[in-house]
Amino acid sequence: MTDFDVIVVGGGPAGSMAAEAAARGGAKTLLLEKDRDIGYPVRCGEGVGASGLKQFIEPDPQWIAATISRVRMRSPDNTKVDFGMKDAGYVLHRRLFDYALANRAGNAGAEIQTRAYVDGLMVEEGAVKGVKYQYMGENRELSTKIVIAADGVESRVGRMAGMRTATKLRDMDSGYQATVGNVDIDQEMIDFFIGSNWAPGGYLWIFPKGNGMANIGLGVNGKVAKDFSAHDLTHKFLNEHFPKASILTSVCGGIPIAKTLKTITKDGIMLTGDAARMVNPVTGGGIITGMVGGRIAGEVAATALQTGDLTPNGFKDYPARWQKAEGKTHDGLHRVADAIFEITDEKLNKMAHRLAKIPPDELSLMKIFTAVARQKPSILIDVTRAFAGV
Amino acid sequence: MILVKDNRCDFCGTCVAVCPVDAIELREADISIIHDTCIDCDICIWVCPIDVLSSDEKKEEVKHD
Repeated sequence: MTDFDVIVVGGGPAGSMAAEAAARGGAKTLLLEKDRDIGYPVRCGEGVGASGLKQFIEPDPQWIAATISRVRMRSPDNTKVDFGMKDAGYVLHRRLFDYALANRAGNAGAEIQTRAYVDGLMVEEGAVKGVKYQYMGENRELSTKIVIAADGVESRVGRMAGMRTATKLRDMDSGYQATVGNVDIDQEMIDFFIGSNWAPGGYLWIFPKGNGMANIGLGVNGKVAKDFSAHDLTHKFLNEHFPKASILTSVCGGIPIAKTLKTITKDGIMLTGDAARMVNPVTGGGIITGMVGGRIAGEVAATALQTGDLTPNGFKDYPARWQKAEGKTHDGLHRVADAIFEITDEKLNKMAHRLAKIPPDELSLMKIFTAVARQKPSILIDVTRAFAGV
Repeated sequence: MILVKDNRCDFCGTCVAVCPVDAIELREADISIIHDTCIDCDICIWVCPIDVLSSDEKKEEVKHD
């Protein structure tokens, strides 16, 4: 007998979805969160697409900060390209959203423990058999049949199992974000600044959060992060564009804009969410994709427990279903990101001048990225697959 | 040797994610470099969003200049 069937490490959206799915599938499930709070601190821009969200949960006014219908993209010379979104978007209150998802996992039967810092795995003959963790300074051990590692960008639990999770600099954005008040912005529009002046190799975002507030942050690509500080750039931007902004929260964080890890399962363990690098390599968005991955991992774990095959063979539906759902698209988007890296500020300006002449209701993300593909035709198929209908 | 300006760290884990040798320990509000494992590649210094990490060797290089 083991203490649990499934232990999920990490109480973000991916971990909670995994715990919920495993518990619903009949597994005795425990979710461990290292911080004292589920959902806090929030290291996230908090933007999601409406249809992506609704496949998991009905939007609740409690954790919807703003509803988005328009997008603005700005080139380095501040040319504005405006268009409407076919699929509406939301900016979330992650603190409450993550609570809602964890609560749902609990209602499905999963146990949840906070302040539980996993610092080792129990491994027998190469197979993961349990977790070692600290709770309030006390060392504890629990045996389990399956560990689902949803421990975020750090992805150390996978490393403890001998998996390769270390991320290349090209695949990591160095991010910083301030949640600010007293800013006069369009609360239904997300605003992006592209180019090397504010976010070399990445982009700067303004996501409204309701009541005159916004998340304003940026990511600098790891390849050039040596020469730039995400913190300094963010504050420079705030000083220039929103000198009266009050800074209510400021956080930093890494955004893993990689392809999904080649190997996301090993004997007795599955990786999911940011820990498995399930983040959109162009947008850096990882909430919904993490939920997709987490739910599949939890479902496959429950099925594997019934068959008794707790090896990568028993888990093989997990990478297969993930690849089909998002992974293949992410591989293509990673190539698109490579093409975007190569576009100079001068070219971005020229593209923006052309796109700005198109009426907003005739413009779409698909059209914008088709313009990008014109710079590198080999990515046209990737663009078409990723942005069809968007 | 990689140094941490402890009281400025935000504990975001970006350095942990890029460390090729898993030489950084991070808990809720505690970060430490495992110097025996660290290979002084410095990429954690570059990727830190708030420039909390530094290298003492770099300072020596600057002195030589």
